[in-house]
Amino acid sequence: MSNAVSILNGASSNGAVKITEAGLRGMITLRGDLSSTALKDAVKSVVGLTPPSERKVKSGKGGGVAWMSSDELLLLVDYDKADATVAKLSKALAGEHHMVVNVSDARAVFLIEGQGAREVLAKGAPVDLSPEAFGAGDLRRSRIGQLAAAFWMTEDESFELVCFRSVGAFMFDWLSNAAREGSLPEFL
Amino acid sequence: MSTRLASGGSVIDRETTVSFTFNGKQFMAHAGDTLASALLANGQTLVGRSFKYHRPRGIMASGAEEPNALVNMGQGDRFEPNQRTTTTEVFEGLTATSQNHWPSLEFDIGAINNKVPRLLPAGFYYKTFMKPQWAWKHLFEPIIRQSAGLGSAPKEADADRYEYFYAYVNVLIVGGGMAGLAAAREAGASGAKVLLMEQTANLGGRLSVDSASIDGKPSDDWIAETITELEAMENVTIRTRMMGSGVFDHGYAMGYERITDHAPDDIAPRHRLWRIRAKRIVTATGALERPLSFAGNDIPGVMLASAVRDYASLFGVSAGDRTVVVTNNDDAYRTAITMKNAGLEVPVILDARPEANRPLPTEARALGIRVETGKGIAKVKGYKSVTGVEICSQAGEGTPLETIPCDVVAMSGGWSPVVHLWSHCGGKLNWDEANAMFSPDPTRPPLGADGNGFVLTAGTASGDLATAPALQNAIAAGRQAAIEAGFTPTESAAALVESPPEEPMLPVWSMPQGAPYKLRSKSWLDFQNDVKVSDVRLAAQEGYESVEHTKRYTTIGMATDQGKLSNINGLAVLADSLNAPIPNVGTTTFRPPYTPISLGSIAGEARGPLFKPTRKSPIDTWQDANNAVWEPVADWRRPYTYRRDGETTAQAVTREINNTRTGASILDASTLGKILVKGPDAAKFLDLIYTNMMSSLKVGKCRYGLMCTENGFLFDDGVVARLSEDEFLCHTTSGGSDNVHGWMEEWLQTEWWDFKVYTTNVTEQFAQIAVVGPNARKVLEKLGGMDVSSEALPFMGFTDGILAGIQSRPFRISFSGELSYEIAVPAAQGQAFWDKILEAGEEFGIMPYGTEALHVMRAEKGFIMIGDETDGTVIPQDLKLGWAVSKKKEDFIGKRAQERNFLEREDRKQLVGLLTENPQDVLPDGAHAVEGGKNRYGQENMIGHVTSTYFSPTLNHSIAMALIKGGSKRMGEVLTFPVSDNKTIKATVVDPVFYDKEGARQNV
Amino acid sequence: MLMLKCPNCGVTAEETEFAPGGEAHLTRYSSGSEDQAFTDYLFARKNPRGVHFERWRHAFGCGKWFHAARCTATLEVFGTYTAQTSTPPDDIIAAIKAKRPEWEGFK
Repeated sequence: MSNAVSILNGASSNGAVKITEAGLRGMITLRGDLSSTALKDAVKSVVGLTPPSERKVKSGKGGGVAWMSSDELLLLVDYDKADATVAKLSKALAGEHHMVVNVSDARAVFLIEGQGAREVLAKGAPVDLSPEAFGAGDLRRSRIGQLAAAFWMTEDESFELVCFRSVGAFMFDWLSNAAREGSLPEFL
Repeated sequence: MSTRLASGGSVIDRETTVSFTFNGKQFMAHAGDTLASALLANGQTLVGRSFKYHRPRGIMASGAEEPNALVNMGQGDRFEPNQRTTTTEVFEGLTATSQNHWPSLEFDIGAINNKVPRLLPAGFYYKTFMKPQWAWKHLFEPIIRQSAGLGSAPKEADADRYEYFYAYVNVLIVGGGMAGLAAAREAGASGAKVLLMEQTANLGGRLSVDSASIDGKPSDDWIAETITELEAMENVTIRTRMMGSGVFDHGYAMGYERITDHAPDDIAPRHRLWRIRAKRIVTATGALERPLSFAGNDIPGVMLASAVRDYASLFGVSAGDRTVVVTNNDDAYRTAITMKNAGLEVPVILDARPEANRPLPTEARALGIRVETGKGIAKVKGYKSVTGVEICSQAGEGTPLETIPCDVVAMSGGWSPVVHLWSHCGGKLNWDEANAMFSPDPTRPPLGADGNGFVLTAGTASGDLATAPALQNAIAAGRQAAIEAGFTPTESAAALVESPPEEPMLPVWSMPQGAPYKLRSKSWLDFQNDVKVSDVRLAAQEGYESVEHTKRYTTIGMATDQGKLSNINGLAVLADSLNAPIPNVGTTTFRPPYTPISLGSIAGEARGPLFKPTRKSPIDTWQDANNAVWEPVADWRRPYTYRRDGETTAQAVTREINNTRTGASILDASTLGKILVKGPDAAKFLDLIYTNMMSSLKVGKCRYGLMCTENGFLFDDGVVARLSEDEFLCHTTSGGSDNVHGWMEEWLQTEWWDFKVYTTNVTEQFAQIAVVGPNARKVLEKLGGMDVSSEALPFMGFTDGILAGIQSRPFRISFSGELSYEIAVPAAQGQAFWDKILEAGEEFGIMPYGTEALHVMRAEKGFIMIGDETDGTVIPQDLKLGWAVSKKKEDFIGKRAQERNFLEREDRKQLVGLLTENPQDVLPDGAHAVEGGKNRYGQENMIGHVTSTYFSPTLNHSIAMALIKGGSKRMGEVLTFPVSDNKTIKATVVDPVFYDKEGARQNV
Repeated sequence: MLMLKCPNCGVTAEETEFAPGGEAHLTRYSSGSEDQAFTDYLFARKNPRGVHFERWRHAFGCGKWFHAARCTATLEVFGTYTAQTSTPPDDIIAAIKAKRPEWEGFK
């Protein structure tokens, strides 16, 4: 897969907040009964983590797992491990009604880093991003301006954001514009 | 003449001088000045011309309510018309020009209108220009267009940038005067998250001008201490230069922050539109002073009494040397006292009330100011500036008793609470008889999601105009808002306010009371739209009883100031004319925004390249570098064709078609929708979604399928591939993937929730590249890695494997009628795969083709296109696709609808092919076929229309598809298409499959 | 602009995250049904002034459909609940009756 390229080849912009296209990430959509033991075990066997609770994300050495809806998880692994992970999950869940699909190529991922990351997102997402309402490990699916996106906060007040690949370049431009020097509202 | 005073001016910095220009003339101002105060400081009292009569106009107010002093601001790409001088802060290099005059502000041709006001009465739009008919187009309209509008429209794109910001708070407080500060302190002390916004640059509001003693301290100290306290609270944010622009459902409020208007060199966005959700909103929006209606009340120099003392006290500017005060209340005496104390002359206070004996009038008299009660102004003298007033008895008809020279008239008709934000979302008002004003009814607030009121009022905005009760109710509102937002206020002592008690005001709607027409026709109600007392009376005489109708007929309150000064006076005059009580006449609706906000702020960041997202395929960069002529396809952009040097677009399309039909070409089909459907009930589910039988599809095979709405009409189509017993991949149209995915989920979640089926939209996971043409197989063979022979991979089959070292899934499907492989590869490797195909295909003359070649080739084959042959009223049977509608299935979406007998009518519009008589004549898209005769409206009888039309290079003939009434039975008929006044195209009805009817070329 | 709570993911969000889906609790009539029943299913909507049950999809969020009980006149939201039911749940009915005693009930 040496010829696989992410949407912006890791481009970044440095405004008041740093925006980086995170490159290729392994992402797997897993749909099924989130309460079933088989599913929990299967998830643990591939990323070393049990599924998180509603609207949360967990990450560890073996990857991450995000709660996307009442019957959907997003598993985060290395890009080149995605197909093998899909195969492993499919095998583990063979007896269960489920769907597991590699969506790594369908996505663009961005890192929003630095003081003010909350405010960059709050320019486009109709979401309460104040520290009281949104903390590390919280995930939200919403919109950024006109684009659908999911984002979550990591330990260091930074965010990771996922959107569709076809609008990745637009998202980068949007985030970079929102993060321009001197434009943070300094409210959150 | 107006000028800068030697002392005073609490908000200006006399140490800092800035220069600006007005009509090209350079002036000096101090930091902290508004453009209005700076113009007055420089003696510039004439600042514009009025809308209709082009009368000279000056500065009337000191804040957002200003109706007259609007200017063009800035130049070039920063030009903006109709900016209020009273809310514009001066900065070094500001340029402003006056509006609505020609050739100059001082001498204006349009002022001729002023001499013939009887030509422009209320409703003149509807009366004056009716006859003769020719004159509208040739005389009236050009003149009106020439004179309409105030400022000029900007000619260049806006150089500034704008943005939104979403904020969530417990308590939002609008207004940073005494009430807002007090309410914020109470709410803040409870721990609630509080945002306080103030539209001006300074906190304190009227309390900064009309001082009182609060808790034994001068009010300036109280303001400073309260601000200090608020700034110390982590949970409280104060934003100045931010206006509460509107209140909407469920605690939604809009804040309009003007970040760099006063500092245009700042790198920050110019305006930020805050979209705020608050549990409770407190409107501490204060009150506005009302003008009085007397003849000549629009002449430059006639000002609101409060504005006259604002300029003196806040900016150290005198509006003039001799100020006559005319009032119906005690408050205006403060202006007389302020001016007198500043060493200026106040020749007389005219008080319409029979007597005035409370502390303020007493203080004025003690200063030696002459007070005349029961008196008013018959007429203001002057034209471009006030030169004097004629005094009369308020009770009489305006006989002048005395003429008093002066250069300023400070008028006060009482105060109205600013109820706009309270009312935006349904808060109701009561008529307060004593103060002759509408004030919020706290028992009928705007209701939130939980059914409870979510807006509270504080201070004078509640209708308590005196300082003491205003402060008390503001404290109560702040506490109540905190409680309702779920917080517990701390103990607080009631504030003790000392300010002079005032006499009730006397409603005065016309001055003098019996003013004859001559005076009424010079008494302005709406200064910006030039509506006079006589206009409203005329509307009433002509039968306009509703205030909403009168508003539109006279245009009162419809200017950019939305009647902040005129509405109450106007409806009082209407009520008086109708002999009805004011509350019965009612008030007009208050709508957001409170004052005009910039279009830029409404657009936010969505302009230029960020205007609208365009979806781009994984091959987009290559295409852009290879002369793609772009075409929007739903939210995507796709190459219409790839134009080579020296080619026209049409020539490029022809080249691409010929190459595909004779050699090999590639198409980027990545935009095609792809939805994965999996589960034990997947086959059963797809049998319901598609009109075809999908459960009988064999693993490894593809089938073309149709989807209908519950109304029976075709809305999407595509090829379904069965990946395994319980897993299908459904292709949709490029524009339809999100819709179809949503459609499937809707049925699964809301109707058949017992089905065990999961879906995922995998459209963007794959780049899909079609290799098409007689040499397509050779190209794939050269790529290597997989057996692509017709035995291993037959028509309508697919397989998984490796091609050119990349994980691939080729489908043997064809939208061109040629031998075709549509190959899905991971999107991240799409470009690499594309490059390898081009390399392998070089010896076969491979080239990319665009959507137009695709369209022509599918039309040559008679394949329909969703959106061309369908329009939401077409069933599959109309398109000769009845073969794809299962007769065996008990149910599918649309089946019941298709059982309706009218859908079986033989004269429905049906799909036909058309060959034009002249092979070179291409029918226009949408051309109508007529069959002779006229309908009852005198129009040609229409029998159908062209849905797709192209010149086919393959057939060297123009071809078209059309939906024609009873088309199936018209084979061979020649139809007539009138395409313009002098051209008719004739075309023969044929089968819509023009090329390779047997389908031999694709099945090899 | 409304605020609604999605019962599927627990988010209270503003209207721009949701897509409206018209009246809730329609009974589907399919092949072979009477003309009138089918017509009513397809076209006849209650459109009341007052208590209304409607469908929404958390389009920009978890993607799930849900139902909302709402007053069309005051925009008060009595409650939201998941879409996998053919009648409003008891607690929603009780919440409406508490606020609108005169309400004639779900029909």
